[in-house]
Amino acid sequence: MIYKNRGDKPTKTGFGEGLVDAGFDNKNVIALGADITSSVGVNLFAEKFSKRFFSLGIAEQNCVGVAAGLALSGKIPVFSTYGVFAALRAADQIRISVCYNNLHVLIGGAHAGISVGPDGATHQALEDIAVMRVMPNMTVISPCDATQTRIAVKAAIEKVNGPVYLRFGRNAVPDFTATDQKFKIGKADVLQDGDDMSIIATGHLVWEALKAAEKLWKIGVGARVINLHTIKPIDKNEIIKAARETGAIVTAEEHQIAGGMGSAVAEVVSENHHVPIEFIGMKDSFGESGQPEELLKKYGMSSEAIFEAAKRVLKKKRISTLI
Amino acid sequence: MKQIDNIEELRKISKEIRKDVLTSINAAGSGHTGGSLGLADVFTVLYFNVLNHDPENPNWADRDRLVLSIGHVAPVHYATLARAGYFPLKELKTLRKLGSRLQGHPGKDHGLPGLELSSGSLGQGLSIAVGMALSAKIDKKDRQIFSIHGDGELQEGSIWEAAMSASHHKLDNITAIIDRNHVQIDGKTTDVMKLESLSDKWKSFGWNVINCNGHDHNDLINVLNEAKNYKGKPSVIIAETIMGKGVKSIENNHTWHGKAPSDEELENFVLQLEIY
Ligand SMILES: [Mg+2]
Repeated sequence: MIYKNRGDKPTKTGFGEGLVDAGFDNKNVIALGADITSSVGVNLFAEKFSKRFFSLGIAEQNCVGVAAGLALSGKIPVFSTYGVFAALRAADQIRISVCYNNLHVLIGGAHAGISVGPDGATHQALEDIAVMRVMPNMTVISPCDATQTRIAVKAAIEKVNGPVYLRFGRNAVPDFTATDQKFKIGKADVLQDGDDMSIIATGHLVWEALKAAEKLWKIGVGARVINLHTIKPIDKNEIIKAARETGAIVTAEEHQIAGGMGSAVAEVVSENHHVPIEFIGMKDSFGESGQPEELLKKYGMSSEAIFEAAKRVLKKKRISTLI
Repeated sequence: MKQIDNIEELRKISKEIRKDVLTSINAAGSGHTGGSLGLADVFTVLYFNVLNHDPENPNWADRDRLVLSIGHVAPVHYATLARAGYFPLKELKTLRKLGSRLQGHPGKDHGLPGLELSSGSLGQGLSIAVGMALSAKIDKKDRQIFSIHGDGELQEGSIWEAAMSASHHKLDNITAIIDRNHVQIDGKTTDVMKLESLSDKWKSFGWNVINCNGHDHNDLINVLNEAKNYKGKPSVIIAETIMGKGVKSIENNHTWHGKAPSDEELENFVLQLEIY
């Protein structure tokens, strides 16, 4: 593995640290609390900037509307709660109050993916990418580790002038991206080059993709690993390039296959350069309780599952080249 | 903007606004006639007497804010904005037409001056008012935030989330106005989903509650100023109104919630307005 894990760290901690950075940089940043502030990283901001933190209770619809009102008055509000509530319960408020008004509101979607673990299906956000990416004006970001999440928060506040949905996870995962990385919203990171096929991953599964690529190398397959941290606007160039140069793609995300990042990649591929794709993600089912690793394995989102999908897609690629 | 205190003059403006509502909805061929007519007096008093605003400078930072939570009564808002000088009166005829700045429900991105926000999904405006009020408090500005709600809209749970948060944060710079016409699309509010005791509900949510006659300009001026000056709690004005007010033949008739007058009806309604 060419990347080194500096130690496991939850992406939610990166989110909280990023908020604090943003709080120091910009006086207009305001954070809203929906009760679970310490499990979504907002507590760090609240401690540092108590006058710029407002508790609104367990009322997500109101939180989103209040954020819209703040943004209409020139503030940069951040509202963070579990992704299942942020993206789904308040979807209409996000659509009309935030997106139709095209307001610079940062919505943090915590507990992304099945790796939330023991809490079970109700709290595992597996539909949020699909719902958020269909909203006009919305930017959707899904960073891969704590360091990148911290940097992504800063970028979402400084570089975007519209609504942003940023999803992150609960459990500690390898922290490996460079602290001085050039993070650009809408520009995918090619983490490792390869010509035989590409793995396009997002969020926690980027590390799993790197592990799968290492295994593939051992059987003589050079896999390109792309971290698609921005799902919208999507990096069409990098995806088309991967399709053209490697001829086969596996997408990997902790999200329903239907409507998620893989679907977004498929939209680009099918319109521009047709190659076989295998999708790693939830197959139209709810999750359940269990340890993160157990769940990733059971629901086919581990590095082994990516490895197997790579072999399948390579077979399809060979057949299509024979034709 | 210059404040008009003469009640006769305000009444005349309300009548003009009602005519504008009827002619613009007639030209559009669809739209919400009943509620728009019912709110003409409230809008007149707000824009010609109470609000601190400047049609020459719509984005003036210290203006009072008006959040129209019931986007479907956009025609009365548009007519009032035009009468106040935000844009030419003749543009009212473009209501609901392709490429118009006057969308069926307010759409901010279409660039109509004086419009604070897009709205049309019920139950969202009070939360936005809370955000605007918090922002004014953070900046220590004494701008006032007004929001306009339907009575049927109060059946949305999100309104009560917002109501709770406004009193929790002591947002006395909010004045919510309820268009209490006792009707909604399916009929009487008491039959569809009863709201009483409405005053008690708001009181128990920590609000200063004021009742008034939503067609009495004098009463409206008094209560809006009373609300503006009230300290420590947000205020809600429950304005008793009549859907379709000004056109006798359709007053209180809920079937006129979302219907446009035909050419003959327009002629007849304008005549009724004149002799009201
Ligand atoms: Mg009503």
